[in-house]
Amino acid sequence: MSATMREMRLVLAGFGGQGVLFAGKVIASCALLEDREVSWLPSYGPEMRGGTANCSVTLSDEAIGSPLVTAPDALVAMNQPSFDKFIEEMEAGGVCVVDTTLVVDTAAAERRDVRLCAIPAATMAEEAGLKGLGNIVLVGKLWAETRFCERDTLDAAIEHCVPARKAAMVEKNKQALTLGIEG
Amino acid sequence: MAQNANGKNKVLMKGNEALAESAIRAGCRFFFGYPITPQTELAAYMAKMMPKVGGTYLQAESEVAAINMVYGASAAGARVMTSSSSPGISLKGEGISYMAGADLPGVIINVQRGGPGLGGIQPSQSDYWQATRAAGHGDFQMIVYAPSTVQEMCDVVTDAFDAADKYRTPVMILADGMLGQMMEPVVLPEPHDPSTLPEKPWATTGHRGQRAHNVVNSLYLTADELEELNVQRYERYAVIQRDEQRAETYLTEDADIVVVAFGASARIARSAVNAAREAGIKAGLVRPITLWPFPDDVLEATTSTAKAYLVVEMNMGQMVDDVKLVVSGRAPVEFYGRAGGVIPTPAEVLERICALNAEAGE
Repeated sequence: MSATMREMRLVLAGFGGQGVLFAGKVIASCALLEDREVSWLPSYGPEMRGGTANCSVTLSDEAIGSPLVTAPDALVAMNQPSFDKFIEEMEAGGVCVVDTTLVVDTAAAERRDVRLCAIPAATMAEEAGLKGLGNIVLVGKLWAETRFCERDTLDAAIEHCVPARKAAMVEKNKQALTLGIEG
Repeated sequence: MAQNANGKNKVLMKGNEALAESAIRAGCRFFFGYPITPQTELAAYMAKMMPKVGGTYLQAESEVAAINMVYGASAAGARVMTSSSSPGISLKGEGISYMAGADLPGVIINVQRGGPGLGGIQPSQSDYWQATRAAGHGDFQMIVYAPSTVQEMCDVVTDAFDAADKYRTPVMILADGMLGQMMEPVVLPEPHDPSTLPEKPWATTGHRGQRAHNVVNSLYLTADELEELNVQRYERYAVIQRDEQRAETYLTEDADIVVVAFGASARIARSAVNAAREAGIKAGLVRPITLWPFPDDVLEATTSTAKAYLVVEMNMGQMVDDVKLVVSGRAPVEFYGRAGGVIPTPAEVLERICALNAEAGE
């Protein structure tokens, strides 16, 4: 556990369908709800069409310049190609949360200056009856490592982001958060 | 939704969606478009929301058809909008010229991508010349707004509709793929009821035997008559140039190095200016919010301190001429840009500021 990260330049990356854009939106909404500055920028280019997706999220107390995060101090990686690509771009002293369900090789990246937090998020979610919520387990883990907002704000952001037609998913998302925080 | 310190409701919205919602709130009830990355969310939002406010959304068979539908709705007095991205805007050029020739208001949004040709789909600012010089044929200009945040996109939509109606001219909002795709917190403008907007006595709404026919037309075969219309239009343009210039300045009061950047690249330039100040360099930023009329007056004011100018754009240097026209040889005007959809980093811009500062100190 570390000090609160009020300023965070985060990349979330994985395959399309794993929910990296939604997870980024949850984190961005935390800053919205706390009336801080925030930007969220998705990849929409050829890499997305090739099956991988990522988004840049910046949380700050100051006006945000480029919303494109090129040297992240936090990374959430949900697949091997995303881990391999973005770990190299990270700032020294950053935090990398990886889902070991699909990221099987973290040893190759020789980034001893980055704090690596590896959990089998998708597997943990599935075993807890929360299939498909590995992304939110990782948000919980990232929060546990960085405290990027108040704890209550996380739950409020879930309520904010889950569409009304999927209201039944609110509780499951909250459980996934807890699973990540305690995991 | 969240309450901010002023008690206003803030929402997290994509730039494309914020443009669409703000247009509806500005009283726009007609949207005609055709899908193209990276602006498609704008049209999709209109498709979903227009029917709920009694408006019309229509996906045309092409960009050319869409802009001509805009011409028609505008002639009938409606607040109307279309949007596209660079290659689609080129297709709309003919219709924009016809609107200018017929003195028709309307808002055209360009969420730019890299060009020329089909180019790419990544963010770019390479339609500056097209927007400010020659969106179509003939003697005409249009007001061009270049917002740099999602909040400012909301704000200029209202201004764009008001200016279009006031001056009877097409107005362009020049955004880009970054601004269109990103989400930021915004306070949306208050909604206008279209029935409360100023009347348009020139519109072809049906004379009901009460007045002479109104005619909306851009074809004038008598040269003298057409010349006179052009002269009158340029008198209006002179008023626009006098009254509608808009720019933001940041730390320019004592600036040695003045960076000039608009839209998305201004965000990057601002970070670089902050970093330069931390390194002890007196850098500042002029950010044109209107590209036409170009904010000559604000830029002129910086020439008393500036030792050098750095124009930063996501293109090959299209705004440089406009800056040089104002600076007029009193200081060097250098350029740094990335093209084709590559986004410059603050570190790259900082490097140029440092180099210029070193040269200026010699």
